[in-house]
Amino acid sequence: MRIVCPFCGERELGEFTYLGDAKPQRPAPDAGEDAVYDYVYLRDNIAGVMGEHWYHGGGCRTWLKVTRNTLTHEISAVEPAAGAGAGQVVK
Amino acid sequence: MTSQPNRLPTNGLIDRSTALSFRFDGKNFLGFKGDTLASALVANGVKLVGRSFKYHRPRGILTAGSEEPNALVELRSGARREPNTKATTAELYEGLEAASQNRWPSLNFDVMSVNQLFAPIFVAGFYYKTFMWPAKFWEAIYEPAIRRAAGLGRAAGVSDPDHYDKAWAHCDVVIAGSGPSGLAAALAAARCGARVILCEEDFALGGRLLADGGTIDGLPAAEWVTRAVAELEAMPDVRIMTRTTLFGVYDGGTYGAIERVNDHLPAPPEHQVRQRLWRIVAKRCVVAAGAIERPIVFAGNDTPGVMMASAMRSYINRYAATPARRIALFTNNEDGWRTAETAIAAGLQVAAVIDARPDVSPAHRSLASKGGFPVLHGSVSSVDGGKNGVRKISVALTGGARAEVEADGLAVSGGWNPAVGLTSYHRGRPKWRDDIAAFVPDGAPPGMVAAGAANGAFGLGACLREGFEAGAAAARDAGRSGSTGSMPVADDEAFSITPLWHVAGKGKAFVDQQHDVTASDVELAQREGFQSVEHLKRYTTLGMATDQGKTSNVAGLAIMAAVSGKSIPETGTTICRPPYVPVAIGAFAGHHRDENFHATRLTPSHHWATEQGAVFVDTGLWKRAQWYPRAGEKDWLESVTREVKAVRSGVGFCDVSTLGKIDVHGPDAGAFLDRVYINAFSSLAVGKARYGLMLREDGIVYDDGTTSRLAEDHYFLTTTTAKAGLVMQHLEFCRQVLFPELDVHLTSVSDQWAQFSIAGPSARKLLQQIVDESEDLSNEGFPFMGAREVKLRGGLKARLFRISFSGELAFEISVPARYGEAMARNLMIAGEPFGVTPYGTEALGVMRIEKGHVAGPELNGTTTAGDLGLGKMMSTKKDFIGRVMAGREALVAPNRQVVVGIKPIDKARRLRSGAHIIPKGETPGPDNDQGYVTSVCFSPVLDQWIGLGLVERGRERIGEIVRAHDPLRGEDYDVELCNPVFYDPDGGRQRG
Repeated sequence: MRIVCPFCGERELGEFTYLGDAKPQRPAPDAGEDAVYDYVYLRDNIAGVMGEHWYHGGGCRTWLKVTRNTLTHEISAVEPAAGAGAGQVVK
Repeated sequence: MTSQPNRLPTNGLIDRSTALSFRFDGKNFLGFKGDTLASALVANGVKLVGRSFKYHRPRGILTAGSEEPNALVELRSGARREPNTKATTAELYEGLEAASQNRWPSLNFDVMSVNQLFAPIFVAGFYYKTFMWPAKFWEAIYEPAIRRAAGLGRAAGVSDPDHYDKAWAHCDVVIAGSGPSGLAAALAAARCGARVILCEEDFALGGRLLADGGTIDGLPAAEWVTRAVAELEAMPDVRIMTRTTLFGVYDGGTYGAIERVNDHLPAPPEHQVRQRLWRIVAKRCVVAAGAIERPIVFAGNDTPGVMMASAMRSYINRYAATPARRIALFTNNEDGWRTAETAIAAGLQVAAVIDARPDVSPAHRSLASKGGFPVLHGSVSSVDGGKNGVRKISVALTGGARAEVEADGLAVSGGWNPAVGLTSYHRGRPKWRDDIAAFVPDGAPPGMVAAGAANGAFGLGACLREGFEAGAAAARDAGRSGSTGSMPVADDEAFSITPLWHVAGKGKAFVDQQHDVTASDVELAQREGFQSVEHLKRYTTLGMATDQGKTSNVAGLAIMAAVSGKSIPETGTTICRPPYVPVAIGAFAGHHRDENFHATRLTPSHHWATEQGAVFVDTGLWKRAQWYPRAGEKDWLESVTREVKAVRSGVGFCDVSTLGKIDVHGPDAGAFLDRVYINAFSSLAVGKARYGLMLREDGIVYDDGTTSRLAEDHYFLTTTTAKAGLVMQHLEFCRQVLFPELDVHLTSVSDQWAQFSIAGPSARKLLQQIVDESEDLSNEGFPFMGAREVKLRGGLKARLFRISFSGELAFEISVPARYGEAMARNLMIAGEPFGVTPYGTEALGVMRIEKGHVAGPELNGTTTAGDLGLGKMMSTKKDFIGRVMAGREALVAPNRQVVVGIKPIDKARRLRSGAHIIPKGETPGPDNDQGYVTSVCFSPVLDQWIGLGLVERGRERIGEIVRAHDPLRGEDYDVELCNPVFYDPDGGRQRG
């Protein structure tokens, strides 16, 4: 598999580390235990197109949001994950 | 040494001026350069080359390519002995040594061939049926016996002396196969300006043209090949790789190829690799891998001397070596007749052509009359012969009559199967084409297309056309727009086939010759309910041998279809998986073996430590000095104890550069650290250090370390050695993904700083010899947990921290990594008056246990901050990673196992980590297990073994005597639970 890093260009899979579902957002500090529990443990595992976090540790160290079809491994979009997991801003 | 009785006097693509001597089963033979081992054996009249897997039946050479099921040999000897090597692809070299397999004591007289007498029990699924009872016999008796009797070659049993390489290549178009389709594709793509890689598994280019010839662009095929190759070689962006098999297709246009760089030599030349594993990244791929001729299944079809018709042409035309003198041909298609033509042209006798089709073309009729041989309409029902070859062939004529043909060789053509492996590797299923009675690719992985025979186009003209068009299209798709020039042209041969898979008859008829699967095994499996081809495959082991059923799979499922009354496409195919040919594990490993299995990281003082005679320990990728033995010390414990005593009474130093180090910069650096550590860092004063603990979001402890504030907007964070990379990744996740609003930047500086711990009552005095006189190191000027930049004597800037892992007055000093070795040497010189002692990770560990500091064994991925006795560090005034989940009921339960000190009641007893803690008077077992010993050491201070453990309610039970139960070592002894800080509990020494 090859991922086109928006900063480094097309690179081989070995440069990247997989994390998983990019959808969950970290709940606000006062969101309560249930919300945090869901955030920590509930992950989508879609047979099809899903957004995933990948880390380009062998390159620019950017966390990426990769849109990938888990059935075909086809990657349709790669973007920096900046703020993708941010919930409400902590005051 | 025998002459080559079956070598034809003329023609062939062999170099008759270069004779090569070789040995097979201890006997000397001669062959020529350009031979394979198989063709040389054919030339020498050797028919029997192996014994079969289950029945130990005599077997000969069936094919002339990598699809060979039978002619497997052990090639070379000693450490280079390579089992299951196909004689049909092994290039002959001077001095080649090969031995037949699966026979004892000799190929001619094989004791285990008695297995044939017991054939009725070796039917499909016989392992499951025969060796079921008694169950315990399986491992002890049945399996070892079966493994001895059934099997293929023997592995060398010693380390492979050769090197293997791995390499990447990038191109626009990669082409598998250099037959007419592959060469035409390469020409078209390269002329368009595409960067082309052409892979050919053979050592010669041309594919079937090497054996079958033909006329292309009005030239003899060989001449056309020479011209095409010359044109390709003259182009700068074309790479032709012979002896290279494209074996796999991976995501994103990545292809695996194995290049047999030096397999054609007795041993690789010095400094050269044996094989090279290529990962080829290509925008487009043209599969021109050709087709594989398939057998027809009939009784005795495994008799040595029965050979694929196309293979016979290869041996006669390419290698000028004939497998037989009087050849019979059994075909169900037009193409098979070429073997009769070849035989006549080579001056050999054709005994008969047995054609299963109702009609034979006038051209072939006239060939028969010219050659003086009969054409029999019907099928071969059995072959009479044995280890010395074919003698007589029984023919069931259409209409019911029988005939017999005397011949010493039988060529068989059941039609051609396109090589659909590569196109099916993304779980693609080929589709059935009735007109050629074969499966052809039905689509292919993205970017790939099949052309020519691999796509079911069997005529030479069609191969050239498809290849050329595919090459041109691939180049265009890759963005190349040059001109293709003119397409090579040739006539198309007629192709007609009447499907025929299995001829009923008396005697064993083999579908899969390598795994000894017969037609009746397939029928039996179907009767027993194995309806799916995937089940059929696993139950009978059809197609599961090293050849992956290249000559057997389609026949197997055709027979399955016939007995189940379904069509072949309804029956379907099994899933194809890479690799297309066997690839040595060594090639996948490449240079990553033994000490190069992974990268080795050396600390800045490594070379100095080596000079000191240090014993090193692997910690992750690092080699760390474990202790520094001195002359006369009897064991490690003596050395380590000396080092500890030296530190506690004088001064010692230790390279701690392996810790992860991260510079945290920015106006929000403090706020950022507040969110990733359980304790506060925004409140840390500039010039101070603080111990920090990180949790995972689920509330479990992740990592710990000391972080210092060097400036208002600059922190220097350290991690454990083990987690250095992971913490960086985690912090980047927090910074980029979770907290993008914070203005902070992280820089990994682990490799930039060499860091030394300098510990002991004389540490300050030693350090004063190192740092500039202007620096105030007094307790007032630089108190405990101080951190600042200092100037060293000579002007070098360093970072100095007053932190202590040992519990002594201690400092850690960081200098740019390139000064690390000099620092170690300087510490030795400057420390001489104070008796400075270098110490290793063992002494470091002893002193941390004496001080009750937690480390890896306690930060084990299950413990909370509270478990470690650090619960009070958790701030209640801020949010941080893991805060909410750390408060879950089970994570704050009062009966959790927490860190506690442990010491044996018997002071002479050695405490062992892993021992379980059981209350006194209770029976050891899961119900009474209250924890275990995590870390132990011999404490020179207490003069006894001590340890830390995780024990249920441990902190409330200080002073209680419990059992340390160690069933693994057969030990059981009393220990006392105690304060984990064994040494200087009020910490006066480190503050002094």
